[in-house]
Amino acid sequence: MSLPCRTSLLAAALLVASCDREARNPRGGPLPDDAPLASAAMHSDLAERRSAAYQNNAMHVSNGQLYFHWMNCTGCHSEGGGGIGPALTDTKWRYGSTMESIVQTIAQGRPNGMPGYAGKMTPRQIWEVAAYVRSLAVRVPQSLRSGRSEGLSDGEPPTLRDPQDFRAVTPPQDEATVE
Amino acid sequence: MRKLAPPLMLLTLGGCAGRQAMLGAAGRDSALFAWLWHVFLIVTVAFYCIVIAGLLWAVVRRREGGEAAVRTGLLVWVALISLTLVGLTLASWLADRNMNRAPRTGLTIEITAHQWWWDVRYIASDPSMTLRTSNELHLPAGTPVRIVLKSADVIHSFWIPNLSGKQDLIPGRSNDIVVTPEKVGVYRSQCAEYCGVQHAHMAFDVTVQPREAFEQWWKAGLLPAHAPATSVEQAGYTYVTTRECSTCHNVTGTPASGQVAPDLTHFASRLSIGAGTYPMDRGHLAAWLADPQDAKPGNKMPVIGLEPAELRAVSAYLESLK
Repeated sequence: MSLPCRTSLLAAALLVASCDREARNPRGGPLPDDAPLASAAMHSDLAERRSAAYQNNAMHVSNGQLYFHWMNCTGCHSEGGGGIGPALTDTKWRYGSTMESIVQTIAQGRPNGMPGYAGKMTPRQIWEVAAYVRSLAVRVPQSLRSGRSEGLSDGEPPTLRDPQDFRAVTPPQDEATVE
Repeated sequence: MRKLAPPLMLLTLGGCAGRQAMLGAAGRDSALFAWLWHVFLIVTVAFYCIVIAGLLWAVVRRREGGEAAVRTGLLVWVALISLTLVGLTLASWLADRNMNRAPRTGLTIEITAHQWWWDVRYIASDPSMTLRTSNELHLPAGTPVRIVLKSADVIHSFWIPNLSGKQDLIPGRSNDIVVTPEKVGVYRSQCAEYCGVQHAHMAFDVTVQPREAFEQWWKAGLLPAHAPATSVEQAGYTYVTTRECSTCHNVTGTPASGQVAPDLTHFASRLSIGAGTYPMDRGHLAAWLADPQDAKPGNKMPVIGLEPAELRAVSAYLESLK
């Protein structure tokens, strides 16, 4: 086999390999979500594998980020820095910082303000939020946290046009500052 | 394959009629587009005929007569082309100018595009009259409507082919388009900018109705949702308002007040479900509720895992939300 032929074959093989970066399964989780959360199964191999499967999948982390905003987690935890609720960017947590403990916290709630989301979110959604919350505290591979989240912020966009016929856009005049 | 090409190309003509038709001319802009399109069609067909006639003439003519005839012919030809090109440019400019002259007063509607559905707000000066709905648009015939366009995630494009041209919805800023519907009817709008897996299933129904009917629809839309009447509906109501549904969806007049997913207050009065993906009927609704990821893979509604009795109850309740 000639050298150009071999090179192009190698390049093609590399291209094909890049297609297998991540499996996206829109239905269900990597493992049955209703498997017991934090019980005897907590430290079992199965629980470990499930945690890893959620944490190492960009779709799950990104969905988690979306739900983190949709469910107004930011209302108390801000973007992870904390406010009314504790910060999420450190690793020493009152109720444990393993995936299992976080899922438990989100599902059942905790005293002094953290509401429970069991029945309000599906188990898969809770696991995804937990995966995102974990990614705030630990260094994650770059492939997991894209520069642009799948759900961008939904704020009021500044309009660049001047719809004069419809809305007065004159800025409020503060008399004290007008000389 | 060559033999198949002409009939296949004829299929594309299907795009010229029906609920989603560029030449539908049911709106002010669309009528201008249709006019411009027909002007171009007639002129280009005429020129095609002239060129073919010239070619035929070149084949049959004898080598007699001088260069003078050819020179005159060429001069006439160049002049004809120049004048027609100027004429077409003028026609295009006139259509464009006419579109920009659309009156900008009247109704304001705000549409926020999401992957892959449309959040619609009818803006009124009195906030209690502001109406939120999803994946449907009702418009009064003959009234210019300013539609403010925003996006919550990626770039989408707003397009009701029967009524007007396209306008992009861009995250982080607001665009607008003025649509003046003229003919009463039901049309289909389709997202016109690739926006992800379910781009093709990001559509909605547009109902253009007489002014009075439109105002009635608006008033009816402000009413709270239908109260459950039967025990099955009651069971569905309880599920929708206390479980996963209410976290994202809003049903006005009930505790369900999520704002991140389509509004369900008068859900069953719409013509389709899943942003124009399926017709509105019990079968498609139940299939959607049982597995939204099978009905429209990749959409943001998770698989809830409803038990058969819950599925019956929830679909009965949603179907009662007229």
